[in-house]
Amino acid sequence: MKGGIWMRDQLSWKVGGQQGEGIDSTGEIFAIAMNRLGYYLYGYRHFSSRIKGGHTNNKIRVSTNEVRSVSDDLDILIAFDQETIDLNSHELHDNGIIIADSKFKPEKADETGASLYVVPFTEIAADLGTSLMKNMVAIGATTGALGLDVNQFEEVVKEIFGRKGEKVVEKNMEAIRQGAAYFKKESGGQIENLKLNEADGRRRMFMIGNDAIALGALSAGVRFMPAYPITPASEIMEYLIKKLPDFGGTVIQTEDEIAAATMAIGSNYAGVRALTASAGPGLSLMMESIGLSGITETPLVIVDTQRGGPSTGLPTKQEQSDLMAVIYGTHGDIPKIVMAPSTVEEAFYDTIQAFNLAEEYQCPVILLSDLQLSLGKQTVEPLDYNKIEIRRGKLDLQQEIPARGDKSYFKRYEVTEDGISPRVIPGMVNGIHHVTGVEHDETGKPSESPSNRQSQMDKRLRKLSNLKFDTPVHKKAPHEEADLLIIGYVSTRGGIEEAIPRLENEGLKVNHAQIRLIHPFPSEELRPLVESARKVAIVEHNGTGQLANLVKMNVGHAEKIHHILKYNGNPFLPKEIHNKCKELF
Amino acid sequence: MATFKDFRNNVKPNWCPGCGDFSVQAAIQRASANVGLEPEQLAVISGIGCSGRISGYIQSYGFHGIHGRSLPIAQGVKMANRDLTVIASGGDGDGFAIGMGHTIHAMKRNIDITYIVMDNQIYGLTKGQTSPTSAEGFTTKSTPSGSVESPLSIMEMALATGCGFVAQGFSTDLKDLVSLIEQGINHKGFSFINVFSPCVTFNKVNTYDWFKEHLVNLNEIVGYDTSNRGMAMQTIIEHNGLVKGLIYKDDKKKSYQEAAHGYSDKPLTGTDLKLPEEKFNELVAEFM
Ligand SMILES: Cc1ncc(C[n+]2csc(CCOP(=O)(O)OP(=O)(O)O)c2C)c(N)n1
Ligand code: SF4
Ligand SMILES: [Mg+2]
Repeated sequence: MKGGIWMRDQLSWKVGGQQGEGIDSTGEIFAIAMNRLGYYLYGYRHFSSRIKGGHTNNKIRVSTNEVRSVSDDLDILIAFDQETIDLNSHELHDNGIIIADSKFKPEKADETGASLYVVPFTEIAADLGTSLMKNMVAIGATTGALGLDVNQFEEVVKEIFGRKGEKVVEKNMEAIRQGAAYFKKESGGQIENLKLNEADGRRRMFMIGNDAIALGALSAGVRFMPAYPITPASEIMEYLIKKLPDFGGTVIQTEDEIAAATMAIGSNYAGVRALTASAGPGLSLMMESIGLSGITETPLVIVDTQRGGPSTGLPTKQEQSDLMAVIYGTHGDIPKIVMAPSTVEEAFYDTIQAFNLAEEYQCPVILLSDLQLSLGKQTVEPLDYNKIEIRRGKLDLQQEIPARGDKSYFKRYEVTEDGISPRVIPGMVNGIHHVTGVEHDETGKPSESPSNRQSQMDKRLRKLSNLKFDTPVHKKAPHEEADLLIIGYVSTRGGIEEAIPRLENEGLKVNHAQIRLIHPFPSEELRPLVESARKVAIVEHNGTGQLANLVKMNVGHAEKIHHILKYNGNPFLPKEIHNKCKELF
Repeated sequence: MATFKDFRNNVKPNWCPGCGDFSVQAAIQRASANVGLEPEQLAVISGIGCSGRISGYIQSYGFHGIHGRSLPIAQGVKMANRDLTVIASGGDGDGFAIGMGHTIHAMKRNIDITYIVMDNQIYGLTKGQTSPTSAEGFTTKSTPSGSVESPLSIMEMALATGCGFVAQGFSTDLKDLVSLIEQGINHKGFSFINVFSPCVTFNKVNTYDWFKEHLVNLNEIVGYDTSNRGMAMQTIIEHNGLVKGLIYKDDKKKSYQEAAHGYSDKPLTGTDLKLPEEKFNELVAEFM
């Protein structure tokens, strides 16, 4: 064994080949079937910006317990070409297996101790009518290796191919059966050490973070989404394109992200919750709009699914380097909320919260995701309708606004103690007022008077001083005095959670804080944890330690803060976090 | 019923005396009353520039946004509340330079709003630089030896986008301008009205007299057919864009709202934000 803990209650499987060859659907079908059986899954796709050609793979972790991270190593590698074997064998441990298509005359990579089984994926499929079914043969071979009953896949196959008729379903089932049979024969029966413990058979959701964000938006009452396509945000738009028409709403694919953000501002100003989503390049274009939302106190929610930057950077790879840009990136001082869900469930509930906060505090809210959270596909406990709460702050659509007799405007920017002013929307009788990105008085008329400037600035800037935010820091801090505090945000949570028991096994006392409210920074929540730790490790996907710098700036204790950075495009593996933390002692 | 006086507010415009934008303001106020609007049913969304100030000078809901972005904001407002009358407006720099991408796409998209540009062939607010509609050879602060670029033919561009309502007005011809704006508001779909609105301070070439001398009234062209796009294009080219009146109108084109699949025929502002429980459970079940 080459490292990693070998457990029968979890297994790591990967399928690889050329992009555009059905690699994704192979992984998808396998994963859906395993999800149905009650296993927890975590799927992470490796893909390049090319649509066809280029190596792609889909790594799926199957477990009887919740998993939120890419696994350290690999048990089964399904290879549709030699490149897959060459590029991925290093992940296999010695008891692992490669199941490869006979078509390309596979050869083991030099360094691997894993065994190679050759199955004629393409040939079996072709004999059944079409070589396209080679992925089903590969899934069959997997079931053979795992000792699963192939009939358990029937329901899923029916669901996926049912529309194409009974014959297609039967052909695909036959492909699975033959794949399983061939593998069993080839391997001389089931490979005992790959046998998975049985799962609980419960039905759970299986979704990517972007699905959760989109469903969250719909559940928050979003009825309009203006957006411009970009990896890894587009799935949010794609989901809402499918669903919004059922609710009377719509998606507009805009000409650019400036249009997307300003259109969302227009819709929110008019009283309809609108979402836009993008990644770094789009966020850069939205900066002026964010300031407009800030000074006009128009609610705005933007999702930023971070990817490798700067510029076009690594468009299909994991990174978390937009932190500083989203916190500070607009000219002038505005109140702004930046949230960072760290699990798919949180992504759902936080999206709803983002809309509530945007309306309650009448300011821009940025929901930070990252490629790993947005695209990693995982098992999620069914989302809870009763936890959905809609709050619109000082917007009262039913109110009757008293007539003022003269033509004075409604005081949309009335100076109040909490800084939040009453809000009305166009169409309301007696609500007429002006909105402008120019500094303005309480009714929205442009004003440059120093005293007005002071009072309007102060009013806006005090809005967030009493921000009520549920769980700004997700804490797992069993130790009053810890050797190490690990801090992360967004998708690093899974890897950190797996590294901690290993560090504890080695005798270290480790606390964990995953920051969920990035701005305003939850300094008071975090301070006691930092102060009670001997060392602090901040785990993040960027090259300059943006989160670490934020912690140093807000909490201090730079002397004990250590950066654990990864910015090569791949997500942290638990063992990397484990090893880097160990090196600190 | 509201009269044009109800659309007047108590803010004194900070435009220079004689600025063409005063008439555009008056025309919007009159047209709004003439089509039967109440002030709260109108939202005027403007860009940045001298012209952009207009949203603050009309008694209606008003949103003065950022430079070049009046159109996307206005489209967002209209998508949210299709019962509102939405007018977007701004200058030639706002709409044809920094905001040109939005202008073309708003025309193509055809959301039912009216876009009024106060075209003075100059950047007024920033004190006199060349604009996309400035003539070749025009000397400004930014083109001291004369502009070497040729001006955009905005009307040809509008026709090329498939815009279903294209008109051009002149700010002193108040009656005609009011009529064009009324027609624009009543048109089902995107309506574009470019208004020659002289800047008396920074543009000493394209003056009121200059326009009076050069503009051709389309009403006076015998046989001019506003439903004939080819004729419209040819006429614009012949007169170098210096025409006034309704240039082209396509009544058959469906607006975005009419065409969008599933889009509610009632304002989205009336939606109950919380999903019904069974609907939510169905959505959840799709992921299981
Ligand atoms: C992003 C941005 N760039 C530049 C400016 C400065 N600016 C304000 S108005 C304007 C041009 C105004 O010209 P036009 O749109 O023709 O309006 P006019 O003043 O002539 O009515 C410029 C360049 C700005 N406000 N925002
Ligand atoms: S500078 Fe020109 S455009 Fe601006 S207000 Fe004065 S006359 Fe009008
Ligand atoms: Mg101008």
